[in-house]
Amino acid sequence: MLEYIRSYLSSDQTPGAAGNMFWAAVYILLVFLGLSVAVIAMNWLERKILAHMQVRLGPMRVGPHGLLQPIADALKLLLKEDIMPAEADGFVFWMAPLLVVLAAFTVFVVVPFGPTHAITDMNIGVLFMLGVSSLSVLGVVMAGWASNSHYPLIGALRSSAQMVSYEVAMGLAVVSAVMMTSLNAEGTGTLSMIGIVQAQQAQGVWFIFKFFPLGLIAFFIFAVAMVAETNRAPFDLPEAESELTAGFHTEYSGFRWSLFFLAEYSAMIAVSSIAVTLWLGGWLRPFPNFLTGPTWDLVFSLFPGITFLLLAAMCFYSTVRMPKHPLFRVQTIGLAGFGAALALIGLVLFVPAVRVRVEDIYWFSMKVAGFMYLYIWYRGTFPRYRFDQLMKVGWKILLPIGLGVLILTATVGLWPVIQQTIWHP
Amino acid sequence: MTIGGVLVITRKNAVHSALALIITLLAQAALYLMLYAPFVAGVQIILYAGGIMVLFLFVIMLVSIERTVKERQFNKQWLVGIIAAGTLGGLFITVYTKGKDIFPDPALAAVEMQNTQNVGNLLYSQYMFAFEIASLLLLVAIIGAVVMAKKRI
Repeated sequence: MLEYIRSYLSSDQTPGAAGNMFWAAVYILLVFLGLSVAVIAMNWLERKILAHMQVRLGPMRVGPHGLLQPIADALKLLLKEDIMPAEADGFVFWMAPLLVVLAAFTVFVVVPFGPTHAITDMNIGVLFMLGVSSLSVLGVVMAGWASNSHYPLIGALRSSAQMVSYEVAMGLAVVSAVMMTSLNAEGTGTLSMIGIVQAQQAQGVWFIFKFFPLGLIAFFIFAVAMVAETNRAPFDLPEAESELTAGFHTEYSGFRWSLFFLAEYSAMIAVSSIAVTLWLGGWLRPFPNFLTGPTWDLVFSLFPGITFLLLAAMCFYSTVRMPKHPLFRVQTIGLAGFGAALALIGLVLFVPAVRVRVEDIYWFSMKVAGFMYLYIWYRGTFPRYRFDQLMKVGWKILLPIGLGVLILTATVGLWPVIQQTIWHP
Repeated sequence: MTIGGVLVITRKNAVHSALALIITLLAQAALYLMLYAPFVAGVQIILYAGGIMVLFLFVIMLVSIERTVKERQFNKQWLVGIIAAGTLGGLFITVYTKGKDIFPDPALAAVEMQNTQNVGNLLYSQYMFAFEIASLLLLVAIIGAVVMAKKRI
């Protein structure tokens, strides 16, 4: 048994590829846990950042700076009464949130947090991610129909129309990135998520900068389509509060509603990680070409620890600035403890053995976190599109540009071959 | 897959039938996976389960269900049904008993890692003509849909 567990550590494969059940289970648990924590953190950060963008304070009551707010929210949702409308279709109503959550979490099976830090590596990785995340549309449609009420039905119809039409533009952008992986000696590309990042490593360029500006345009199309695909502002018509109350999940409450919430945020993380893998070099650190050498490697590998130490410093700074009233004593001690925990994690991340293993996960998460911030930023700044405008952008702008980029990428990629056949037959 | 298929034709509610059809299609994708054809399985999930079935549901949801529930579900053409079922059953039995002689030996299972590449190569070399014809057919279908939908072009 111990031998079985230890045998994986010396291999340089993902647990899925090595066929090691124990480590696969550990990875699945870790990813699940990390995702839940990320969703909780996102909840707090979104409210806080949005509030600051609108010159408000945001949640301040529960815990110092509202840090415990997401926990309070979660408790509230769990204790709330779970209402099912009398005229609803019971089984479908019950299935819909489960299906959405299942689709949102299954996608993470192939997300590569590092060359060996993925649950498994499939040779149809990107296809799998797009396919499984497209299943979540079904959950949305089911939820809207099963509620047997007008707003959810309209929301579900809007959502399905939107997601199906933006999937096309998204697919075209993805294909042009996959095409770039085939520019090697053998001329065969790959669809595996790890393979795509390794192709970027081998070609020495992130695909966003490849064939400038073709990679950038494809990335832009994907970035727009992924916001529409996750039903977020400015494309949040399926749940437009001012028109449809809450769209497809109007009739849901309590725990089922929180499942939709969880699914939405993990779907956001999932599409962001597709974007990071395809265009932003996945787990590769920034500037791999300019800042080379062991010194720079060391500097970049110190980043994870420094980040945590910075967070800890922020905590301590806030601890000092806490009101000196006896009623705030518990909060002050709690914040200081939280800061100490962060500092401890930061110090552990400086240990060479840990440092090497964690670096790729850190860069991947930081890139995804950047996308998460963009999501909040969009929500704070862009007004919502009208539905016909949304369809027009999808079909008349993104799709033709996507097709053009696809053809141009193929032409530029095959240019040496074309040149040879035309000028030197 | 069989359970899904049976549910498709026995459910009175059209939306339930469509959901059962989705289960059937997903099971079919799993069959492709077991045949070492991951690419086909992935495309099956994206196109059928994710795309076409959503449009199916889209249409069905807009039809009022009260009327369809009351409708008679099976017609009375027993004779045709029995003949069709008998023929299919006979075919299955023949294949099951004599399958080893009829079909050639299965080729060595392709390496899983190169499935997608092989599909691409075949489509653009051996089956080029069929592929182009199919895409032409789709183009005609799109133009037809546009002509029918627009009153004035």
